[in-house]
Amino acid sequence: MTAPTGPTGPTGPTSPTSPNRPMLDVRALRKVYTGRGEPVEAIEDLSFDVAEGELVCVVGPSGAGKTTLLRCLAGLLPATSGEVALAGTPVTGPPQGMAVVLQEYGRSLFPWMTVVQNVELPLKEKGVPRAERARLVGEALEAVGLADVGRSYPWQLSGGMQQRVAIARAAAYEPQVLLMDEPFAAVDAQTRFELEDLVRALWQRLGVTVVFVTHDIDEAIYLGERVLVLSARPTVILEDVRVDLGAERDQLDTRGAPEFARLRTHVYELVQQAKQGVRSLADARLTHAG
Amino acid sequence: MSAVRSVLYAVGLPLLLLAAWWVATADSESPFNPPLSEILATFGPTWFSGDTFADTRFVQDILPSLGRLLVGYAAALVVGIGLGVLIGAVRPLREFAEPVLEFFRAIPPPVMVPVLMLFLGVGTSMRVFVIATGALWPILLNTVEGVRGLDPVLQDTARAFRLGRWGRVRRLMLPGASPQIVTGARQALSIAIILMVISEMFAARDGLGFSVVQFQRSFAIPEMWSGVIMLGLLGVLLSFVFRIATGAVLAWYHGYLQAQRGGA
Repeated sequence: MTAPTGPTGPTGPTSPTSPNRPMLDVRALRKVYTGRGEPVEAIEDLSFDVAEGELVCVVGPSGAGKTTLLRCLAGLLPATSGEVALAGTPVTGPPQGMAVVLQEYGRSLFPWMTVVQNVELPLKEKGVPRAERARLVGEALEAVGLADVGRSYPWQLSGGMQQRVAIARAAAYEPQVLLMDEPFAAVDAQTRFELEDLVRALWQRLGVTVVFVTHDIDEAIYLGERVLVLSARPTVILEDVRVDLGAERDQLDTRGAPEFARLRTHVYELVQQAKQGVRSLADARLTHAG
Repeated sequence: MSAVRSVLYAVGLPLLLLAAWWVATADSESPFNPPLSEILATFGPTWFSGDTFADTRFVQDILPSLGRLLVGYAAALVVGIGLGVLIGAVRPLREFAEPVLEFFRAIPPPVMVPVLMLFLGVGTSMRVFVIATGALWPILLNTVEGVRGLDPVLQDTARAFRLGRWGRVRRLMLPGASPQIVTGARQALSIAIILMVISEMFAARDGLGFSVVQFQRSFAIPEMWSGVIMLGLLGVLLSFVFRIATGAVLAWYHGYLQAQRGGA
């Protein structure tokens, strides 16, 4: 399992050999948008699975249907065909054990609720008793470093802090799977590094399964245990890249490691090829041998 | 300092207008346009004198008017917000209902008074109904607009965290649409006051509108004018109460707007 590149056809299963059962199982997922005018095929065929407790990043050129994929996984968008299953149960609507963090932090937090109320809301809906709620909210805010701003409103906080609130809300929900859609695309670079480390730390602490969609190649490699590289739309998987950078990652050491550079070059080339319309690894012309 | 200034600004223009009225009518001989001093002198006796407090026009006319106003307005709020959330949230229903709503909105509410008299008679129920149906439209249409305009990201978030139907209404739609709902409710309040008066001008036995008409017919002109002033004062009072009541509901919204302007 040290080989970072296992050739995978567009339809081939890409499951890693893992002792755990797949937490998330995506089979022949296809999504065609039919509205006014021509139908648009956003996702042609995606199959992959994510083992329990894994952190998988999804990268691809812009317009690669990354957000469509995430919305299908979250049960917010029905697939045209194929199946998404969470712990063996087909996803037909937003499932119980899933939490999302979206890119637009300013629009995904309820502006009429304080930070605590925002984090608490899904727990209330879930029917968690009051005392338990208070504990979960407190722990989640503590974990993201916002224990002291619980009574503020989200719009009183900086962008990075707002995204921390969204992460705290997802963490307090105690999901089996955490979906993140370009969560740090709109925060400044320094905040972004902090938030990346926060995600790694939370992931390790909670043992949650994470699917992290990003357009940032460095971010995907830094965070992920695996990186799924997508083609341009209609989307297929170009390659399922294994990232062997160890459990402990560090913004300086990890990003300075030769393996990081090698993976970065490799994924970068793949994304460039994807932009030019390459739809399978066999067709990709990689000039920098991995 | 700034508090004093804002008070001065708020009462400055009313005082100026009153002064102008006072000066302009000071030497007035016209029976229809008596001096303001005379009108103000009749103001107290007209509304607050009687053998007992219960006999005053305040109790006999103003309170019944206000009662009908509040009941009609409350009914309009309940029905308008309830239906508005439903129509705003269910797209087929919205497309189905919108042309009809536009039609009803375009009908000036006072024209319904003679029509409703035929069906409901000339009693309290007719007056309350007129107020309710007239005040309904701005509330309803603004609520529909507010619910429809909810941020899709926020709606996705609510769905992803599995908010139930009632949870979405209570925690997403009502607060999210509250700025528009308040706008509609404010318009509706003015309409309700107008309809309160108009509905009392037809075959009424009590009420502010009735009093003004009665004074006019009996050539009690200063008293008639005092009724007009009383209506104005009531309007100011109600809008003040309205502002206090909605201020708390919209506190988040004002902060939110300010934050967005500052951040942009």
